[in-house]
Amino acid sequence: MTHTGTDPAPTVEEVYETWHRLSPRMLMIHPVAELGRALPALIGVFFASNHNGNGSWWSLAVAVVVLVLAVSRWFTTRLRITPEQVQLRHGLIRRRTTATPIDRIRTVDVTSHLLHRALGLARVSIGTGTSDRRGRGRLVLDGLDADAAEHLRSDLLHGRGRVRTAVVPDPGPSTPDELIARLDPAWIKLAPFTLSGAFTALIVFGFAERVWQETRVNLLHVGPLGWLDRQLGHASVLAAVLVVIALILTFVALASYAGYLLTFWDFRLTRHVGGTLHVDRGLLTSRATSIERRRLVGIEISQPVLLRAVGGARTVAIATGLRARRGAERGGEVLLPPAPAAVATAVAAVVLGTAGPFGAPLVSHGQRALRRRLTRGLGGALIATGVAELLHLVGAHGWVVPLVALSIPISVPVALDRYRSLGHALVDGYVVTRFGSVVRRHSVIACDGVIGWNTRSSLFQRRLGLTTLTATTAAGKQGYRITDIDTVEALRFVDAASPGLITEFRA
Amino acid sequence: MVDPALRPPANLVSPRARWYWTVRALMGWLGVFAFEVVFWPGWHRLTGEWFWVAVVTVLLAAAHLIVMPQWRYRVHRWEASGTAVYTQSGWFNQERRIAPVARIQTVDTNRGPFEQVFGLSNVTVTTASAAGPLKIHGLERGLADRLADDLSQRTQSAGGDGT
Repeated sequence: MTHTGTDPAPTVEEVYETWHRLSPRMLMIHPVAELGRALPALIGVFFASNHNGNGSWWSLAVAVVVLVLAVSRWFTTRLRITPEQVQLRHGLIRRRTTATPIDRIRTVDVTSHLLHRALGLARVSIGTGTSDRRGRGRLVLDGLDADAAEHLRSDLLHGRGRVRTAVVPDPGPSTPDELIARLDPAWIKLAPFTLSGAFTALIVFGFAERVWQETRVNLLHVGPLGWLDRQLGHASVLAAVLVVIALILTFVALASYAGYLLTFWDFRLTRHVGGTLHVDRGLLTSRATSIERRRLVGIEISQPVLLRAVGGARTVAIATGLRARRGAERGGEVLLPPAPAAVATAVAAVVLGTAGPFGAPLVSHGQRALRRRLTRGLGGALIATGVAELLHLVGAHGWVVPLVALSIPISVPVALDRYRSLGHALVDGYVVTRFGSVVRRHSVIACDGVIGWNTRSSLFQRRLGLTTLTATTAAGKQGYRITDIDTVEALRFVDAASPGLITEFRA
Repeated sequence: MVDPALRPPANLVSPRARWYWTVRALMGWLGVFAFEVVFWPGWHRLTGEWFWVAVVTVLLAAAHLIVMPQWRYRVHRWEASGTAVYTQSGWFNQERRIAPVARIQTVDTNRGPFEQVFGLSNVTVTTASAAGPLKIHGLERGLADRLADDLSQRTQSAGGDGT
């Protein structure tokens, strides 16, 4: 990424050493973004003060204040990058300087929303491993030139140019990044099975309900919905229910496709020569995430039951400084969009450098574990049914009991499937564990990344000679458990994974 | 190959911890009992199914207060060797935790109000993993402070960032 003097784009070098403002084009973004954020408040002010006819004036005044504050953000924010630190100085009334030591930087994420992209800008968010586990210590540089952002990311992570050359030797600009995976259009057909569209459907439904509450306009009387309502009025109840279900499913599927495309458009997983993984993705909002090699502790391949039924899987990186978040698309840790399980396994093998962890057969947990799954599943369903019966006696609706009783026949196949999922192994220096039925999680973490071990056993587990072993780690979910492993096997496993740790505690 | 089993950690906590656990559990049961009295129609007559609810509550409370502290006292154990910290806790559900000294991040001691009455202290050993703090409840105060000092010193000499 060398820049000659003829290159018109501002280089990273320009940002270095001197205090520097962010791109002036942010003057067009800040007001729009802040007005958008203040919109609910503005509407509130408008209605709150409208009874005396001054609503629009008050709203205008608030809008002007918001605009002035938004514009002042650009004037008051300055950035400096020294060989040791990234420093950000901001604040109108209370001036704050935030400094992040460059050798502590673990993540550099580049995000561009729609407005950013239209103006050729990007937001760089810099995280230091340990601190952003608590959500603090992130330094956000909102509004760098897109090229400059890319160079800065490269510099901060790989020590090109003037930053960190002493830490990481310059591999030379000629080495291209290794392409590990890119979006295959065939994967998109898995989208409806991720249920991501269901959330969209819920949000739309919630919104429609709010509109109905606020305006008293029954959506069932207007537009195509009104037409449909009239048509179904003539049909039988069964037909109406079927049509409504089909409509909901179609909507969820379409929303899922749209969501998949928005999130994973132009997805690429590449690896820099230095070992850093890069993930680029997004249709309207483009995101670029990096995971440093030494931060990558392992990989988790998870299969929600619907996705598993069609042979798909999600792949996420288990890395320090990235807390496992809900919803696989939300975090910076996605390694692959929902894709066929074989692709997920192959990509995991490339990233880990060995096919062993996800390829090796797992040690099954045996008859006692199966018995425990069955008693827990069936017992839980029976207890729930009993409680429902009691509630019915006290006065709950009659349909509660058969509805809950339905869980009894379901619990057995689920328990069997949960048992089939159970397994563990120690392969090529990786701890491998798999469990779960509704969501089956196959996790692989490096033994080096394991900090300590917890074993937990209930009275029932102790009587069966089983225990639940948890490997604690600073990455991802912080603890990865092996459920219902034989007590003796657990000890052998810990001893093999963390040699010497428990030697002195043995009888 | 038959492996020798993991033995329990070497040290028991303070015997006074049993009284602390009893008092703390008693507080909980008094809360339950107070709730029942408040929502008991005609409690002064001591009749009907509510009488039996009260009897069952008292029996459960008595069993819990007699069994739990003794059981827990036998389970709660700890050991700090030169290279690792090892704790065991719980009573019905039992948990053992092992963490290498080299990966300890912080060592804290803390005391709640009831623990102060009994002269007890807790030691919490945290690692870089949010899933693995090792807690030793019910140590005598002097011992807890010495243990915390000792572990902090050894952690500092181990170096590294512990992740």
